[in-house]
Amino acid sequence: MAKIGIYIELDKGTFKKSNRELLSLARQGGHEVCAVMFCADAAPYLDELKGVRTVIQVSGGDLSYQPDRYARTLAALIAEHRLEVLLGSCSAQGKDLFPRLAAMAGAGLVNDCLAVDPAARKAVKPVYSGKLLAEYQVEGGCALFTVRPNVIPVQPAAGAAPEVRAAAMDSGDTPTRIVEVIQAAAQRIDLTEAEIIVSGGRAMKAKENFAVLEDLAQALGAGVGASRAAVDAGFAASDMQVGQTGKVVNPKLYIACGISGAIQHFVGMKTSKVIVAINKDPEAPIFKKADYGIVGDLFTVVPLLKEEIKKVLG
Amino acid sequence: MNIYVCIKQVPDTEASIMVKDGKSINEANVKWIVSPYDEYAVEEALKLREKLPGSKVTAVCLGPERAQNALRTVLAMGADAAVHVESAAALDSWNTARALAHVIRADPGFGVVFLGRQAIDGDASQVHLLLAGELGVPAATNVLAFACDGKTARVEREVGGGAREKIEMAVPCVVAAAKGLNTPRYASMMGIMKAKKIEIRKVPLAETGADEGQNRVRLLKLSSPAEKPQGQVISGEPADAVRELVRRLREEAKVL
Repeated sequence: MAKIGIYIELDKGTFKKSNRELLSLARQGGHEVCAVMFCADAAPYLDELKGVRTVIQVSGGDLSYQPDRYARTLAALIAEHRLEVLLGSCSAQGKDLFPRLAAMAGAGLVNDCLAVDPAARKAVKPVYSGKLLAEYQVEGGCALFTVRPNVIPVQPAAGAAPEVRAAAMDSGDTPTRIVEVIQAAAQRIDLTEAEIIVSGGRAMKAKENFAVLEDLAQALGAGVGASRAAVDAGFAASDMQVGQTGKVVNPKLYIACGISGAIQHFVGMKTSKVIVAINKDPEAPIFKKADYGIVGDLFTVVPLLKEEIKKVLG
Repeated sequence: MNIYVCIKQVPDTEASIMVKDGKSINEANVKWIVSPYDEYAVEEALKLREKLPGSKVTAVCLGPERAQNALRTVLAMGADAAVHVESAAALDSWNTARALAHVIRADPGFGVVFLGRQAIDGDASQVHLLLAGELGVPAATNVLAFACDGKTARVEREVGGGAREKIEMAVPCVVAAAKGLNTPRYASMMGIMKAKKIEIRKVPLAETGADEGQNRVRLLKLSSPAEKPQGQVISGEPADAVRELVRRLREEAKVL
């Protein structure tokens, strides 16, 4: 049995699905679980946190994300509560916060884990863009792990209600200072955490044509991605790129439209639970990697798919 | 400003990677390149030098003997000097950061230190922030926009869903580049010729204090992931194929 901390990330007050995944992981094996959350009042979230021994509610002062303050607060809590392991999500914030915390706490960190054994301080993560898997063990101190979203199956929260303890937010210097957060013009789904992704490749032919994918994505509640070819051709923004030099995604359903399936792209989405390929070229390598394929022009198939989905999902 | 850029030599993105003896990869027939994110870092370093006259760009690389070629590439792109910490040791991210910090700290006038947001071999995604920790300076990662007047760096970083954080920090600082920051230049013929004449300064690993024996993260095993079984192509008229696809996604795969 180990004493495991979980860093609970809230998205504008919303309890993210990735938190449920981390809780499901930590609840296995009868560990003493301690959840840390930065919020004025943890009460609305306590149903989600059943089975956790202690909830540390960090409050007081400005709770907006400032990496220096968050990292110092967590480093102090690790020491005070003698946490042996701290888990977080490999989200944009997790990837920013955990390495800072590792530096500050003198702790070892493994990012982007697919599996974690907290008691053994071991984790498996993809390396070489997912071409290989590596198993690591963290020595001494508190072992830090960020876990890839959508990997750990969510178990319903069960167990006793946690005890809530208050902790003070660090209010020290912020040498790395976030002065503003600019929201996207249109609220887009974060691809690294999306459950469904519709992606377009070179065959999209033009930026305007991504509207076809946007329509399907809207019907599915999906995010929209792109291959490197589509990004380099200027059809899509670089933050939409899925693949080796873009984002690694892990949805339950990935629909690749007009994407040939170069290894560059494949390594960024290969862990998707189900891959669907729509491509005119029956020889496209993507068909070897997809679970389901339709050979056809995406501009014909995708609108039909959107209509069928709307019909079925109502 | 004394600008630094830390790079890593990695296998080409197209390379197929095979495990050798459980802990390393088979390097036969592997083509080595500068990690793509580091190329954005190099480009941004060169752009900053152009903006601040009198500046100098020094590239630093940790790796075995072959890593010199990566430094030659960066010199050919336009870097002024190169430092090679020669070591084939299996260092974790923290020890790597310590070795890089040792080289950079030796120059009390160091300004902005650029790196890629991750190297595409270990994908550890933390050396930049650990380096900032070792140097005791602020840092931003996943950076898509960068501006610096010599005293303050103003950056924008992507935080998912198209949102961006605007960050301000004093120089010296560490900046880790993402794709979209710039378009890296190609080395010119003149650059390649010039690069050949620059002497790469060698620093022994032992001098940096980094030590494999002190790794905080230890590699236990490398393995190849299980391959997915080949999928099925659904044939028929587009409308029928689509109907069948949706049925299977619901009933067979249960993802809708």
